[in-house]
Amino acid sequence: MSVRLKVIEAIKQIAKEQHVTLPELSDELSLHETGFDSLAFAILVARLEDETGVDPFTISEDAAFPATVGDFVRAYENVPA
Amino acid sequence: MSPREIFALRDHLGAELKGRTLSDAHVSVSLTDILSQTVLGGRLRQLSGRAVLLKLSDQLRSGLAMIELDGIARRMLLCPPDLNPAHLDALIADAGIDAVVTDEPARWTDSGVALIVTAQLPLASASPVQTERATEWLMLTSGTSGVPKIVGHTLEALTGAIVAEGPARGPAPVWATFYDIRRYGGLQIFLRAILSGGSMVLSDPHEALADHVARLNARAVSHISGTPSHWRKLLMSGSAAQFAPRYVRLSGEIADQAVLDGLKAAFPPASVGHAYASTEAGVGFAVNDGLEGFPADYLGNRNGVEMKVVDGSLRIRSTRTAHAYIGRNATALTDGDGFVDSGDMVELRGDRYYFVGRRGGIINIGGLKVHPEEIEAAINRHPDVRMSRAKSRRSPITGGIVVADVILADGTDPTRAKEIRDQILDQCRAQLASHKVPAVIRFVETLDVTPAGKLARTDA
Repeated sequence: MSVRLKVIEAIKQIAKEQHVTLPELSDELSLHETGFDSLAFAILVARLEDETGVDPFTISEDAAFPATVGDFVRAYENVPA
Repeated sequence: MSPREIFALRDHLGAELKGRTLSDAHVSVSLTDILSQTVLGGRLRQLSGRAVLLKLSDQLRSGLAMIELDGIARRMLLCPPDLNPAHLDALIADAGIDAVVTDEPARWTDSGVALIVTAQLPLASASPVQTERATEWLMLTSGTSGVPKIVGHTLEALTGAIVAEGPARGPAPVWATFYDIRRYGGLQIFLRAILSGGSMVLSDPHEALADHVARLNARAVSHISGTPSHWRKLLMSGSAAQFAPRYVRLSGEIADQAVLDGLKAAFPPASVGHAYASTEAGVGFAVNDGLEGFPADYLGNRNGVEMKVVDGSLRIRSTRTAHAYIGRNATALTDGDGFVDSGDMVELRGDRYYFVGRRGGIINIGGLKVHPEEIEAAINRHPDVRMSRAKSRRSPITGGIVVADVILADGTDPTRAKEIRDQILDQCRAQLASHKVPAVIRFVETLDVTPAGKLARTDA
């Protein structure tokens, strides 16, 4: 499974659990518009860390939290293996 | 008070009751003639009036030494097996120890303690002795870090609940416990065995659970106690099927509904109940209605035990509490009114109080305080779950999130893991505030349990 697909699957799974109705996910969609609150994002980051072995937001101290879904996916794609 | 009115263990060990034994995995000692025998090589007289450290590598000799020393020594400090040796000097100074009973005398030659007595088996014969005084019993708290606190009890306080309950009906019980008898929970069972006229089967930390259960069966154990973690391990082991106790008790941790129901299902004819006790607060109460928590009307004065809830924690005043912390920097054990603050947090729901966790065990989830035990109780309600541990994990988003490690019941189909995980999460969402719902659930094979029988909480 590609990193992008893993991220999107995890977002959908958590949306289901948290009873969040997601708009259509596109790279331009702002994370705010996903309907996720900070707890949902915290869950997402933790699960992705377990699945991919990385937490891009803790590795780099100056990493700004992404603004859009595309930024979020790229944060995982750009982690050096 | 004249010595004759002082109550000591030897008063419950007359030769008129036959067939009583104290046994471990290796040796069985008859209690019938115990008063004319000695584990101390006949040196009891030298320990009269002394402050004695009981530092033995096994429970059997410890128990025999307690029987012999009670009423003779001025005080005795019971060392549990997991005591960090680095703390011994501080404890010896704090308790004013001037004699050691040990099975490793060579270790004590340069210790500076004046009198070293070797405890040895087999027992030697000795003349029975008269009780001289009320010995002070010193026990250690089971906290995980730093020098443990020394808690002072009298035999009267330690046995208050046993005497209040009166003798067990029917044939003399055969007692056992998963605890070590040098801890409060285990000592209660040892004292019950002595006072009830029964026998006792001791645990052995090096013995496999299946072998332990086989031994409990072989010795016809009828009454047995342990922590919920001990019992969950037994239920998971598959060994429970061969065991049929009449009386099953839980204490030392929160007994949630899942473990109570699990024990009732495993041992249908048994009376299953949980007791509330701690080294400091003594025995508070027993709950025998099969439900978790306790009825709200237990608060107030009940059978001489007064309880109240202040700032969410249970406070207890009774003649069964310890009387003081002992040592150079000892703090007060009770408040100005004589109540011990248990540090156990309770919550009133309907007409019942429920334990939610330890005050010191709170984990921080994004600035909100969470008791891991409350989350575990919700997870444990799933029928396929045998045991769980909730803890916090740092999160770059919220500071912290809840994660849970879960042990599934034996024989659970691994392909159902995802389905079970979703069910657990649904169940948690229905019962817990959203920040308490585990963000991540991991299925594991084992969870660590401390030597005191409690779930190990490294992050609490």
